[in-house]
Amino acid sequence: MPATAYDAAAFAEGLRRHGLVVPSGVRGVIGRSAVFEGVVTAFDAAVRRLARDDGAEEVHFPPTLPRALVERTGYMESFPQLAGAVHSFFGSELEARALCACIHAGEPWSDRLGMTDVMLTPAVCYPVYPTFAGTLPHEGRLATSLGWVFRHEPSDEPTRLQSFRMREYIRAGTPDQVVAWRNDWLERALGLLRALELPVRSDIANDPFFGKGGRMLAVNQREQQLKFEVLVPVISEEAPTAICSFNWHQDKFATVFGIHAADGAIANTACLGFGLERIAMALFQAHGFDPAQWPAAVRDVLWP
Amino acid sequence: MSTTQRIRTILAEHGRLDADASALDENADLYQAGMTSHASVNVMLALEGAFDIEFPDHLLKRSVFESIAAIRDAVDSLAPQ
Repeated sequence: MPATAYDAAAFAEGLRRHGLVVPSGVRGVIGRSAVFEGVVTAFDAAVRRLARDDGAEEVHFPPTLPRALVERTGYMESFPQLAGAVHSFFGSELEARALCACIHAGEPWSDRLGMTDVMLTPAVCYPVYPTFAGTLPHEGRLATSLGWVFRHEPSDEPTRLQSFRMREYIRAGTPDQVVAWRNDWLERALGLLRALELPVRSDIANDPFFGKGGRMLAVNQREQQLKFEVLVPVISEEAPTAICSFNWHQDKFATVFGIHAADGAIANTACLGFGLERIAMALFQAHGFDPAQWPAAVRDVLWP
Repeated sequence: MSTTQRIRTILAEHGRLDADASALDENADLYQAGMTSHASVNVMLALEGAFDIEFPDHLLKRSVFESIAAIRDAVDSLAPQ
């Protein structure tokens, strides 16, 4: 029984009224309650149980990464509108006073800042690729990471956050290895989400590339079936929300970071990500705002 | 300069091909010759500038940019008559 009609405003209000999210005043930046976090933690644990025997190397990064890394990947060519480049103050005390005078006068002050060496992490997998540099073992490599990502896309849609967490798995190997792995995980993810009684389906997808060139990149990506998403209705039945994505990058990251398969050829990479806040929201929408009242079968998967 | 020649020049500048754009067969697959998706975007934008044309959305697909001959067909179809 859906918690609300499929309606963005009604669902946002429901989350807020039940104390699950705490609005910050900025669109797409929310606080979360202990109950919300309990669902996120339980779902992540369920994913990790599913992947227990895969032997993924676990690695943890902060929500910032080197700007040079982002620049090397071509992210700014594809997604300049989503990027977050950290700026800070490098001036004298007098200049700091002038900056604050601008703030208090309600004037712009960004021109008094300079660029730092870091950016906000655009995807959890980005800092992982450099760790794959060199020649891979025959079976390739697999890593996993959970982290915060930033996408500059402020929106009133409750499911579209500017800062959110992804549990990612990242694979490097031969083209056959990474495609087989990605296709296998698509089925595993659908199985897990269906066990949680979410009305999911998968579809070919594209990234939100910038500009007219971006429309061409998006068509390319769809024609080559490089990206799949798992979709579930949360705030709309007609336009369901993507809660997982499965991406085959061909040799894009491998070329940038010098990742070679065991036979010496340039490797391929793929990644998959579970959008943890969106999955929690999908569960609240599907089963109600109180997890204690969720179907026993769903609770058994999350809290075995 | 012929349309084909101008396309070859743009490919040499923006296509990031492994092969020599001036010697490439008209029907050779440009993606096989090393053109990446991002390079194909740069080729598209350069063609728009050079020929004063605008690619409509339905032509922003892989097959339109896959060979010199395919690009020439698209450019010819968009050029002012």
